[in-house]
Amino acid sequence: MELLYASCVGVLVTCGVYLILRARTFPVVLGLTMLSYAVNLFLFSAGRLTINKAVVLGTGTDYADPLPQALVLTAIVIGFAMTAFVVILAIRGRADLGNDHVDGHLGKIEHKEHK
Amino acid sequence: MIQHLASWPILLPMLAGIILLLPPCGKSIPIRRVASVVMALLNTFVSALLLWQVFQSGIIVYAIGGWQAPFGIVLVADLVSVLLVLLTSFLGLAVTVYSCMGDDEKGGFFHPLVHFLVLGVNGAFLTGDLFNLFVFFEVLLIASYSLLMHDGDKHKTRSAIQYVSLNLIGSSVFLIALGILYGVLGTLNIADMAQKVSQLQGDDVYLAKIGGLLLLVVFALKGALLPLHLWLPNTYASAMPVVAALFAIMTKVGVYAMLRVYTVIFGDEAGQLAHMAQPWLWGLAVATIIVGSIGVVAAQDLRKLTANLVIVSVGTLVALVALQNINATAALLYYLVHSTLVCAALFLVADLIAHQRGKVADRFAPGRGVAQPYLLGTCFIIAALAVVGMPPLSGFVGKIWILKTTLDSEKALLFWPVYLLASFALLVALSRAGTTLFWERKHQDSEPTEGVKAHPLQVTAIIALLVCSPLLVIFGGAVSEYMIAAATQLHDITGGINTVLGGGL
Repeated sequence: MELLYASCVGVLVTCGVYLILRARTFPVVLGLTMLSYAVNLFLFSAGRLTINKAVVLGTGTDYADPLPQALVLTAIVIGFAMTAFVVILAIRGRADLGNDHVDGHLGKIEHKEHK
Repeated sequence: MIQHLASWPILLPMLAGIILLLPPCGKSIPIRRVASVVMALLNTFVSALLLWQVFQSGIIVYAIGGWQAPFGIVLVADLVSVLLVLLTSFLGLAVTVYSCMGDDEKGGFFHPLVHFLVLGVNGAFLTGDLFNLFVFFEVLLIASYSLLMHDGDKHKTRSAIQYVSLNLIGSSVFLIALGILYGVLGTLNIADMAQKVSQLQGDDVYLAKIGGLLLLVVFALKGALLPLHLWLPNTYASAMPVVAALFAIMTKVGVYAMLRVYTVIFGDEAGQLAHMAQPWLWGLAVATIIVGSIGVVAAQDLRKLTANLVIVSVGTLVALVALQNINATAALLYYLVHSTLVCAALFLVADLIAHQRGKVADRFAPGRGVAQPYLLGTCFIIAALAVVGMPPLSGFVGKIWILKTTLDSEKALLFWPVYLLASFALLVALSRAGTTLFWERKHQDSEPTEGVKAHPLQVTAIIALLVCSPLLVIFGGAVSEYMIAAATQLHDITGGINTVLGGGL
């Protein structure tokens, strides 16, 4: 199970990093999402991978560590909000800059002039 | 109520943000402005009260929801964190007052966002738990993303995309580091981690080291340490100056997190991992000072120059973090307060100058003169003298203190020439900037336009920030005693652990 789990995280991180290094916003957003999935899985494994253990203290001698689950939950919520924000920002960038490059080729735009 | 005082600097800005979104404030601009300023004032007052309380009676440990550390999340108000909380609240107040003269209505929700940012920064300073630190980082980041887009144009969108992507990657790295550290140490409470890290054996030592150094990557990104500083000049220069002034505290959050983690957790008593980040911090800090001062010299407008000044100050602060002794930490706190206030003031001065110079704005090119040369000139020269570190202002005291601290260590040979040359570069760049901005005209007849004078409230905000610099010198004795007491408290690791784990309210 450990091998499968670790490979999943590894493959997700690899894909995420590859996509983040792309020059356009859509792959970058996808890459960020993949990376955050990988991070969530990784955080979950910080409490050790075990099966058939109670989740609540006091119901048995063995119990699973509840904290990483709370951490993952928090990380998912925050990651969701951030992904929503970055998607909207990417759309705004597409509209404002006229292209979807992360570097945002400004083209022939003069410096903003104060009136 | 007084026993909940430690949570107020977090709760008040949250309340303020919510109140400002509700109907009476949401609809009417004057009500919104008054409410925002009043809440910011209240927050500054409460922060000052908390500082007084902690100064009188020692560290306050506030267990949120009554769950004791290390199982629950605790807020730890010690001398270091309350000082920075007061600094943040004060900066928030100055920015709120300044923005009331029109800057806040250039986009939506400026005031609530400012308060949410202050909430995140205060929380990051007060928390005693690393995961909670992550949460507050995200709170301050999402507020900063929106503030960066305030009065959005193409330049802002472009730098926002880069800033947001970078910080999202940073957050992922932060979580990976926390996962590793939790997996090894079984806790994320800073005091508890400090206790457990010295007992690590075998392979766990290396895992903890990986986790700790990944944290360094994150904090270096937030604090704009070389080579992760590249986002800063563009972001700060394209944001509205009033927003950039508020952002002056955000890099300091990264520095503070480094101070906490590498002094308390991986500090003197960490066994095999003691001072593990020190060589990295030192080298990167010196390189940051060099690159920052090159940026200052190369800057073509005042805002970019100030953004690079922020980088130089971060380099200086991190060099002091790397020294890891009481004197260096005390100097760091002094310099941190000074540099935050002065850089913020300089951003606001740049805004006024840009408004009054018409088309050339704050670019270093001959152009129309400013409408209020004496007022803005005085503000600029005070800020410039303070930032360069000329006597008699706080920059000078800070610089002497820093040089004196580094003299004791064997690192002076590298640090002194770099730091003094950087100061010289700053002096040259700021003199050139002042000369061009205030004295050089394209034609003899290009007189300043009347009627674009700064509003008294804007001037008040700038003066409030600038006056702290001489005050830091006049009350230098008391202030430096406070800094030394705060640094001693931070370096008393065993005492800190006992206080935090001994039980809060």
